[in-house]
Amino acid sequence: MSEATMTYEKPLPVLDPESTPFWEACREHKLKIVRCLDCGQVRFPPTSFCPHCNSAKLEWIEASGKATLFSWIVVRHPVPKDVYALDVPYVVALVTLEEGVRMPTNIVGCAPEDVTAYMPLKVLFRDVTPEITLPVFAPDRG
Amino acid sequence: MFALRDKYAIAGIGYTDFSKKSGRTVRSLASEACIKATADAGLKISDIDGIVSFNFNDSASAIAVATEVGVPQANYAVDFLAGGNGANLIILSAIAAIEAGLAKTVLCYRAMNGRSGFRLGGGRDLAAYNITQYTAPFGWITYPQAMAMWCRRHMVEYGTTSDQLGEIAVQFRKNAEHNERAMQRTPITMDDYFNSRMIVDPFHMLDICLETDGACAVLVTTAERAKDMKHKPVHVMGGAYGGGPNQGEDLFDAMRWPDHSHNYAKYIAADLWKSAGIGPKDIDLAQIYDCFTYSIIMQLEGLGFCDPGEGGPFVQGGRIAPDGELPLNTAGGLLSEGYIHGLNHVVEAVQQLRGDAGVRQVPDVETCLTTAGAMTCGSALVLRN
Repeated sequence: MSEATMTYEKPLPVLDPESTPFWEACREHKLKIVRCLDCGQVRFPPTSFCPHCNSAKLEWIEASGKATLFSWIVVRHPVPKDVYALDVPYVVALVTLEEGVRMPTNIVGCAPEDVTAYMPLKVLFRDVTPEITLPVFAPDRG
Repeated sequence: MFALRDKYAIAGIGYTDFSKKSGRTVRSLASEACIKATADAGLKISDIDGIVSFNFNDSASAIAVATEVGVPQANYAVDFLAGGNGANLIILSAIAAIEAGLAKTVLCYRAMNGRSGFRLGGGRDLAAYNITQYTAPFGWITYPQAMAMWCRRHMVEYGTTSDQLGEIAVQFRKNAEHNERAMQRTPITMDDYFNSRMIVDPFHMLDICLETDGACAVLVTTAERAKDMKHKPVHVMGGAYGGGPNQGEDLFDAMRWPDHSHNYAKYIAADLWKSAGIGPKDIDLAQIYDCFTYSIIMQLEGLGFCDPGEGGPFVQGGRIAPDGELPLNTAGGLLSEGYIHGLNHVVEAVQQLRGDAGVRQVPDVETCLTTAGAMTCGSALVLRN
């Protein structure tokens, strides 16, 4: 782990007061989103005010981790080249969580050419540094 | 809604060489374009009292350019932080400033060393702050990667194909053959398109616009004043700027956008056509923002040239060629002429409406649409001679 940490050169999230609960939950391998305590609407990414009712009262709820594929790309030309050279081709996707919000992620456990629209997915967690865990998604075959 | 139909005009245009390596400061490029646009209108710099631009922290500020060219008093000097969505917005903003009495004669420019300096198509800061913390850590970093996500969604929803995207690239390159400004004038075939490197599936290299060092400027004033200037005025019939709900924190952030199978165009169409008093069927030719092939299809649909999902078939069969039903991007577009962030589309529109486009002149042109933007927000103008 420590060696991997030393060489991890990809972008890492810089936590802020709104995002810290999200990333802390990821580190515990939990996928959490914000729900408005007044109108009940869920939202992602986390913001201070509910865009539906403007309430600032919120709670963090754990998402089921199930999602469907909304859209995706297959990155074949690495940018920056030295950082992603060994990763291409890789799949970046927008997935729709069961709770109704959309989230950018990677699709893993599946060849890029086998990715299809609306395929069922489930969340997995990748510990990329001791502090940061990224939520990625794989085909849900179960 | 824009409510100043035909009261304002573009009276001058100016541009630098478009190159991969200007060897100059961005300010110098901006100043050259502004000096030329002023002279093109038959005016002197001392007649200028406003200057407005847009940038991505990659350009020279309005006051810097005003200082270099010697504007005696800049009563309206504004820089918009904007992407391609700004290319027609700055013209609307110049009109608003003149209408408000803040200035009388306003230069609008975009200048960039887009290839040799800051490359918009390249990566970003790898420390992922703010909204970027939810995108960049997944290797979703560049604009081609951002827009490919929209393109895929259109393919899923409507069955849009790479053949249709390729036809756009091939036609625009053909248009650029006749444009001495264009950076890429060597003809390409559909085979060339399909053989071009896959950058980010579904985008081949030839789906992606050029990176350009250069500048464009246009001079905006009242139609009344423009009448007495050097060229026949190009009137602004209508215009609009905006987008839909949930545009997100920046141009890249569209995770909350209703559906990526449509873009901003759908949301500004009604205001645009109402302000101009004409509709898509009355447009003789159009200069549509083509940072990527696919954005053409999305805007044709959103602005009502065809139904949603019909944009792919629409661009096929020669309809968008100079002798077709709706000639598009007659100078070659951002894909083949160069990427001055969409302001070069306005320059070409003015040349066509003046009848000054030389060998690429489309006959009997009276109206031209220009658009700017590809994702959640954008701007458009309806121009006439």
